[in-house]
Amino acid sequence: MSLKRPAKDQPENFEFNSSSLDAANKFISKYPKGKQQSAVMALLYIAQKQNDNWIPLVAMKYIAKLLDMPYIKVYEVATFYSMFNLSPVGKYLIQVCTTTPCMIRGAGKLVEACKEKISENESELLPDKNCSWMEVECLGACVTAPMMQINDDYYEDLDKEKTLEILDKILKDEKPKPGSYRGRTNNEPENGRKTLMELKNA
Amino acid sequence: MLKDQDRIFQNLYNDFGSDLTSAQKRGDWVNTKEITEKGRDWIIDEIKDSQLRGRGGAGFPTGLKWSFAPKEVGSRPHYLVINGDESEPGTCKDRDILRFEPHKLIEGCLIASYAIQANVCYIYIRGEYFVDGQKLQAAIDEAYEKKLIGKNAAGTGWDLDIYIHYGAGAYICGEETALLESIEGNKGQPRLKPPFPALIGLYGCPTIINNVETIAVVPTILRRGGKWFASLGREKNTGTKIFCISGNVNNPCNVEEEMNIPLKELIEVHAGGVIGGWDNLQAVIPGGSSMPLIPKEKCETLTMDFDSLVAEKSGLGTAGVVVINKDQDIIKCMARIARFYKHESCGQCTPCREGSGWMWRMLERMAKGEASKDEIEMLGDVTKQIEGHTICAFGEGSSWPVQGLLRHFKDEIKKRNNFDPIIKETQNIPYLVDQHLLDKNA
Repeated sequence: MSLKRPAKDQPENFEFNSSSLDAANKFISKYPKGKQQSAVMALLYIAQKQNDNWIPLVAMKYIAKLLDMPYIKVYEVATFYSMFNLSPVGKYLIQVCTTTPCMIRGAGKLVEACKEKISENESELLPDKNCSWMEVECLGACVTAPMMQINDDYYEDLDKEKTLEILDKILKDEKPKPGSYRGRTNNEPENGRKTLMELKNA
Repeated sequence: MLKDQDRIFQNLYNDFGSDLTSAQKRGDWVNTKEITEKGRDWIIDEIKDSQLRGRGGAGFPTGLKWSFAPKEVGSRPHYLVINGDESEPGTCKDRDILRFEPHKLIEGCLIASYAIQANVCYIYIRGEYFVDGQKLQAAIDEAYEKKLIGKNAAGTGWDLDIYIHYGAGAYICGEETALLESIEGNKGQPRLKPPFPALIGLYGCPTIINNVETIAVVPTILRRGGKWFASLGREKNTGTKIFCISGNVNNPCNVEEEMNIPLKELIEVHAGGVIGGWDNLQAVIPGGSSMPLIPKEKCETLTMDFDSLVAEKSGLGTAGVVVINKDQDIIKCMARIARFYKHESCGQCTPCREGSGWMWRMLERMAKGEASKDEIEMLGDVTKQIEGHTICAFGEGSSWPVQGLLRHFKDEIKKRNNFDPIIKETQNIPYLVDQHLLDKNA
């Protein structure tokens, strides 16, 4: 199990802004009456988006009240799932996949690049940076390994050089283009595919 | 090689676009109403005839699963839940269906919901696939707009609502009961079975849970007939399957192929061969990280389907083929997989929570050559104590890859870790102490 600790410095107040509240109500309406607790993950995610990519404890209390469930259950969910950040991670969260399929295609080089550009340590938010990086488990893009995720977007088919370029852009607060960085179309094999040919040329 | 017209996922590489118009051109939503008019029993029988087996890893016959749903809807509504929590290392097939063939999935949801009498369908997508989930949401909105789902969906007289539920980065939520817990707003910890979800599932109601790929192939099977699907592959291992070939190959890719295709053909023809040539192949993980690896000698003749892989003491799993060549340190590769399982264990059952960490630490030391001779047997012992002693199949999933390593690469480990234990057996050491730590501090 991964170890997660809430941040030491916690804000005093938290409330959904109007757009977050709309989104939250939309999610709650997806579930049967009386089962609004089902929306807790979605609401935590919305809170995280609103609060610069991390969830303070007051937000959990707020969500607990909103969904009429015990605070400890929200806390339980927030600490169980690895995508919920309980301490500040910066405007851009860089997640490098290092599980075996990525590892054997050189994910270590991506980690090196992050260490050079962002911070020596994982999950460390330096005061002069707008981002932090962390190693994560399989992100489900093994065919385009090695890859990393920055906020919601996947950056695939990387190597050290390309990672450094992407990180440079991030540090300048520009959004790099997501997708494959070897210019291939989605998950098709490079250098000439053998399937679905007639249809493509038809 | 499978003929192009027999491939179900024509838009696997997004040559045409995933919108409704182009999906209809490819044959989706053409005669959905006529299919449902043939009745529930016909649908379930046709799926049984096709011998379709679940594509999520366990390979359970889909038609049989559907027939477990109660025949009449009682006081509790039925639910259909689609498992799109694809997190098995080596697998990335569902993502392509979600983003490029969403209408196959949505139509499959309608037909399956009709067959099991569900009016609500939840699609559980892993949180990391947020962008792909939005593409699916766009397709769902499109389908609502064209009245293909919603009230009187596609003119079938059946009402269906489809909702997406995002996960948040927990591998264990791919396990069906953990997935239900997660939808209910709890930690994703698996439930004891029985009762099975088909009778007591989501919110205590009858629930059928299928993988994305399983549901997405259903409309095509019903259109072209169960016989057509059963004619591909071989007996009990029928149809087509999306294979994800990753790792040390020249052109890693996703490809839809016939079941029972030779592994060598997959690697050589579709993925452009092993980096450094076929002779440079060391081992292959045939079905996602939880399946035991297979050494090169056996890869020559191996065919890829459920039963032939079980005969090799491995499994098809999700058909995520990870190719490992001789440039890689096989013990390190497996140690990394063990770390994955240590990280993802939900912590509910002690053998798995503790054992997955033990396996990882032992393998890490074995990779560095710091373990002693007797630890190799001890590692095997740990895997045996996890396997079969946990609530869900995660225990097997975490111990099988280690067992595979011990089965085929024991000599390699022995070569690297060939010294006697420093702490001799005569010394009185409490059983559960990490002996290597003791030794270093001494």
